[in-house]
Amino acid sequence: MATEIKHEMVKIIVANTEFEVPSNLTIMKALEYLGWRLDRGVGCRGGFCGACSTIYRLQGDHRLYTGLACATKVEKGMLIAQIPISPANKKQYNIEALKAEPSTMLEFYPEIARCISCNTCTKACPMDIEVMDYVQAALRGDIADAAQISFDCIMCGLCATRCPAEISQFNVGILARRLYGRYIAPKYKQIEKRVKEVEKGTYDAEIDKMMKADKNAIAKLYNARVREED
Amino acid sequence: MTEDPYPDYMRESINKVEKTRDKRAKETIDHCSPDEITDVLDKFHPDFIKEQKTKLRFGVSKGEVVPLEVAKVVETKSVLDPKAIDLNKIDFEVDVLVVGGGGAGANAALWAMKSGVKPENILIVTKLRMGDSNTTMAQGGIQAAVRKVDNPAIHYLDAFGGGHYENDPPLVRRLVKDAPLVLKWYEELGMMFDKFDDGTMDAIHGGGTSKKRMHFARDFSGLEIMRTLRDVVFNSGIKVLEFSPAVELIKDDKGQIAGAVLLNLDNKEYFVVRAKTTVLTTGGFGRLHIQGFATSNHYGATFDGCIMGYRAGVPLKLMKSVQYHPTGAAFPEQIVGLLVTEKVRGKGAQVVNKDGNQFCFPLETRDVEASLLIRECISKNNGLITPTGQRGLWLDSPIVDLIHGEGTIEKNFAAMIQQFGRFGIDITQDPMLVFPTLHYQNGGLAINENSETKIPNLYAAGEVCGGTHGSNRLMGNSLLEISVFGRVAGISAAKKVGKVTLGKLTLAHVGQYNALCDEHKVKNPPSPILFPDYTEPKHKGRVLPTDFLA
Repeated sequence: MATEIKHEMVKIIVANTEFEVPSNLTIMKALEYLGWRLDRGVGCRGGFCGACSTIYRLQGDHRLYTGLACATKVEKGMLIAQIPISPANKKQYNIEALKAEPSTMLEFYPEIARCISCNTCTKACPMDIEVMDYVQAALRGDIADAAQISFDCIMCGLCATRCPAEISQFNVGILARRLYGRYIAPKYKQIEKRVKEVEKGTYDAEIDKMMKADKNAIAKLYNARVREED
Repeated sequence: MTEDPYPDYMRESINKVEKTRDKRAKETIDHCSPDEITDVLDKFHPDFIKEQKTKLRFGVSKGEVVPLEVAKVVETKSVLDPKAIDLNKIDFEVDVLVVGGGGAGANAALWAMKSGVKPENILIVTKLRMGDSNTTMAQGGIQAAVRKVDNPAIHYLDAFGGGHYENDPPLVRRLVKDAPLVLKWYEELGMMFDKFDDGTMDAIHGGGTSKKRMHFARDFSGLEIMRTLRDVVFNSGIKVLEFSPAVELIKDDKGQIAGAVLLNLDNKEYFVVRAKTTVLTTGGFGRLHIQGFATSNHYGATFDGCIMGYRAGVPLKLMKSVQYHPTGAAFPEQIVGLLVTEKVRGKGAQVVNKDGNQFCFPLETRDVEASLLIRECISKNNGLITPTGQRGLWLDSPIVDLIHGEGTIEKNFAAMIQQFGRFGIDITQDPMLVFPTLHYQNGGLAINENSETKIPNLYAAGEVCGGTHGSNRLMGNSLLEISVFGRVAGISAAKKVGKVTLGKLTLAHVGQYNALCDEHKVKNPPSPILFPDYTEPKHKGRVLPTDFLA
């Protein structure tokens, strides 16, 4: 059943140099195939960290594409360059001192008013986030919407790289999410009660008893547990 | 029409999975009994293969049983030639040095600051970028016994039993008691955990929990924690040095830890950091690929902190135990090893064999579940083999929508949908092929419940440590561990700062360790390795040395 598949070799162009690599590789694995022991543009290798932002063009196609090197397969004639860091000036703030008001987003990132609604950021996003929509939400002061729409952001910065209005969208997104999480989302009241109980030592005796129990006694307790229904 | 991402023989098997789905939606498989657990672990868990283990021959934990891959990087000389380093020129002078920029490191730095250390006297150094870590990759969630039906004592029992009673009790106590507190702080920082309208955080089961206590932020829990902590760090004035891994700890002539030697990856120059206290938060060893397993881990997970700590005299404990996550991707080839979060099973997805039949309860503890999958594949031959030779079984995700209603997968597993979608697989329609993947280092540096190691001024937190989880960690207890012990380490370090007087700096311990290596005639390449090497054999041995490294 298991058959060795021979993958055809494709030509790719990395930083203006031509190489041949097997066609089944991701861009990241292709670079390693070329003998690069990566220490830039590499991170979780699972699409979560945003370290391997990459721009590329395809053969006979004028468009500039964006993607994560760890999650994008090489293609014949691909012209590749990596952007390991997205330069951006993050604003300094202390979340405790802020207010989740409609004007807060503009106050910190006034450049969102320069958005020309071209949607290039959305097209550039490897997470398929409606980036322009959350920038627009931030602009009209809808922090909750901006937070929810931007939620899947891995902060790779590809949106910012492509934005003609020079907005650093990913920084706008995290401010919106933090304002939402702290000020708009309802508080979990039970958590305060539990913290106080723990501080008072409510569970200490029970835990101490288990800490002192011999293995048989604790195993008996463990095996007698009843699993809460799903 | 787009091409079917699955080859024909796999599609035939998927057809069988679809045929049994309605029936399985109502079917419950019993838990394993304690005897069955012992049996399946003994016969099928990779930890129980004796030929894959060895005893450390020297150092402070001489005799400790470790995987062969661990021995290879521990029983070897340092990449650093101690004689080549000028310790008289100090590049950074700080109160708290945090080595590692993941969740534990960010917590340590922030809590040191909250405990009174000035931000400019705290330095975080990290191998890649701030936040590049397994914390970012953790999808499932964070355990905390907050609900009224639950409490920290029940959490203790789940963690201790799940760890096969090998956990260090004071560490478990700290873990479960501080859990509500760290979660509350995260809420205050503005993290967006999934909540009901009244503010109650949603909670589900993880493997081995008796109460639903896994809190989550969609399936980006770790990312939400890390990106928020990073934002707080960047707002704080704490210094961060990226692309500058520590390669060895520095001691003073009184035997205390006094900082670290860093490697600047840009120009390959070294930096000397003198620090009154040092916190190791470097994470685990997934990228050592124990027993050749694919891994769910970050590129930087190469055991560096344990190696530095061990050379400085901190014991390693529970190194025999490795966590294989039951469900790593086995197909397509591009994402082999990538984690498929346990939360998918928490929401009702089942593991089924090539004929579409369930063969185990889907939420056993991770070691048991992984062993059951290995047994089904290898001993019972009921798995599939992919075109590139990976074994696998089906994780039936579409059943989640069948049980909870259409749209459930989309709402809860956006990250998963995307990761498979990039390669043409729609997990709302088709199951995923999975096999256990190397996930977590259960063992590590020995610490006490204040995150102190036995060497003065040295602290450690997170996956780099051993003892909290015994020989099996429960889902959601690692995001909790980096939070609880990162915090504790920061507080402990801050308390110590005012009492520390450093003597003359030295790397004599590295020289002594190197001498031990000579004595035992070791032939392993020097360590820490800092990065895995995935280059082709044809390139190896052809790289000219261009820096000060041996």
